[in-house]
Amino acid sequence: MASLFSYSLRNLLARRLTTALTAGGMALVVFVFAAVLMLAEGLRSALVQTGSPGNAVVLRKGSKSEIESVLDRSQAAVAESRPEIARGPDGLPAAARETIVLISLNKRSTGAVSNVTIRGIGPRSLELRPQVRLAAGRMPRPGSLEIAAGQGVSRRFKGTALGEKLRFAQREWTVVGLLSAGNTAFDSELWTDADQLMDAFRRDVYTLLLARLASPAAFESFRAAVDTDPRLQAEAKIESVFYEEQSEMMALFLRIMGISLTAIFSLGAMIGAMITMHAAVANRTAEIGTLRALGFQRRTILRAFILEALLLGLLGGAAGLAAASGLQFFTISTVNFQTFSELAFGFSLTPGIAAASLGFGLLMGLLGGLIPAVRASRVNIVDALRAA
Amino acid sequence: MLTLRYILRNLARHKLRNALTVIGVAVSVLAFGLLRTTVDAWYAGVAASSSTRLVTRNAVSIIYTLPISYGERIRAVDGVTLVSAGNWFGGVYLDEKNFFPNFAVQARPYLTLYPEIILDQAQKEAFLRDRKGCLIGRKLAARFGWKVGDPVTLRGTIYPGDWPMTVRAVYRGRDTGVDETQFLFHWEYLNESLRKTTPALVDQAGFFLLGVRAPELAASASRAVDAIFANSLAETLTETEQAFQMGFVAMSEAIITAIQLISVLVILIILAVAANTMAMTARERSREFAALKALGFGPGYLALLIFGESLALSILGTGLGCGLTFPAAAAFGDALGQYFPIFQVSGLTMALQAGAALVVGLTAGAFPAWRAGRVGVAEALRRIG
Repeated sequence: MASLFSYSLRNLLARRLTTALTAGGMALVVFVFAAVLMLAEGLRSALVQTGSPGNAVVLRKGSKSEIESVLDRSQAAVAESRPEIARGPDGLPAAARETIVLISLNKRSTGAVSNVTIRGIGPRSLELRPQVRLAAGRMPRPGSLEIAAGQGVSRRFKGTALGEKLRFAQREWTVVGLLSAGNTAFDSELWTDADQLMDAFRRDVYTLLLARLASPAAFESFRAAVDTDPRLQAEAKIESVFYEEQSEMMALFLRIMGISLTAIFSLGAMIGAMITMHAAVANRTAEIGTLRALGFQRRTILRAFILEALLLGLLGGAAGLAAASGLQFFTISTVNFQTFSELAFGFSLTPGIAAASLGFGLLMGLLGGLIPAVRASRVNIVDALRAA
Repeated sequence: MLTLRYILRNLARHKLRNALTVIGVAVSVLAFGLLRTTVDAWYAGVAASSSTRLVTRNAVSIIYTLPISYGERIRAVDGVTLVSAGNWFGGVYLDEKNFFPNFAVQARPYLTLYPEIILDQAQKEAFLRDRKGCLIGRKLAARFGWKVGDPVTLRGTIYPGDWPMTVRAVYRGRDTGVDETQFLFHWEYLNESLRKTTPALVDQAGFFLLGVRAPELAASASRAVDAIFANSLAETLTETEQAFQMGFVAMSEAIITAIQLISVLVILIILAVAANTMAMTARERSREFAALKALGFGPGYLALLIFGESLALSILGTGLGCGLTFPAAAAFGDALGQYFPIFQVSGLTMALQAGAALVVGLTAGAFPAWRAGRVGVAEALRRIG
């Protein structure tokens, strides 16, 4: 077995250029495969981490995204008074009434316009979201025209760095703080005082109510209560589930694109592997004949060639995966089709994706090398030796 | 003639390998074509824009509305001939998965503004007469099996409630660039219903579509419109329809760039496959080349043989790939129907595919041809293998 392995390995080394070309083709395919999976995973984790499983959001019935929801003051008060909501140290409910507005800002790099979410927050908004912390400056004071910007927004859009001013809704807003929210959707948001924001946009309604539940088990009764209360016309969702739903369309798009691309590409790479392995067999007919004459069995020859193809696939897979892991330093920012606002997310590599990519490389090698290997094992000894 | 036959006979010498190469090239050409078509599909809205149409919207953001009274003041601007208010309705038919764009528009000026929407005169009259009527695209009608006279109810998302309507007309596009998946109904129906349910949303337009007399008036008219409403509660932003559509495209520019990058990689893959095969072919035949040289054929002739073969391979592969692009694009278009209403292979894509084949054929043959030209006769004849 060990000699077999070294035979296969040294065969690959003997034809360096062809090996490199074939493995390069496979590496490219594995790279695309891994990149797409990582992107979809990055999007998912950005949105899942955005919500906490211990929080519930209350929105207008039938809202697909935050901007469609409307909750007036009396409805918010009714929902806030439910006993399932945890209480803060001051005895008040751990809940925040928030207003969401989209504004257009210019990108720093290209000057292109994109939609950015601005969230009007309540006094408890920050403490209800453990994944968001203040990175620099201070939080906006209630009742003032001040903004805290997510670091992602601040990097990408003009007028959103610490100390800069933005003009919208006939007022001038000053950025007084920067929020660090990891790679969640909050990193792509601006936060300001809810009442000021509603006043500026002349709205008398909130968008949603965010509440921390007393216990995860309390959600079911909270949901049923919100659903059946005729005063509310609202529905409650677990925060993390709600944000995950927001990415469904985008994730589906990435999946369709990625799977079709990978399918087409892998066909090309398999054909490349087949050509290479065929040539390897054709060039080594005499060698195979000699091995057979020495008493090596067909099974062994078959194994040796399949092993060679697998090594080729593994090499390609490893190279592709190594290149793809470098993508983790990049972020992609695009508009989420469902929420219509700018969202930045990164590529995230999980052990599962790494295993899938290597497995995919091995599979391509196996499928490409199978027919040539079978052919090699069926070589007729006498003919093969004569051909030399 | 003899040379051509020689080249074609050479192709048949390694049937399996050459067939695999052709398939490899075809697959890559197909991938390239699909990627280009996807990028085109993104720009379909931009391509279908007219230079005599402008869009006015709230300057803060697309989700804010403008008072309907702005329409009359815009109409008075020099150069503006027609104004139609419209709202993105965002309604859902049965299930959110059945996405299609649906708008409430002021139908009469809208249909005048969009001559590329072709509909039967009798149906048009029926649609204009019925306030609860709607006008749907041919593709949308086919997707849900709707016919003229069928009742359709949309569930509102932005405007809550159920909105019963009747299909009064089915339109088709004047050319293939027109989106035939749209659902249009009367802005007046939306507005009158809101009067009863949500008075806060009454008399608001999401956007105004403006027709200008001539394309060169677009810039001055946009400036004039925005100047009227400067410093009001709802400031406007007026731009050409093309710029407006481009804004949507720019939002996904990161994805588009990635796709374009991948299409370049695909060309490299084609090249690798073809070059690998040609290198093997030339290596195997060095004795043959030496024999030909000994017979008095020059290096130019050998280069012709090799280039001819590699071009033949890549042309066969490209022909196959281009042929497969159409059914594949049709299947893709169905799968991505809710993202891209228009998904069709353009002439430019075909031309690029052909151009890529030519470049690949020549590049793949270049190095082996150069080697064959330099091969030493005696040495090659002596060499075994």
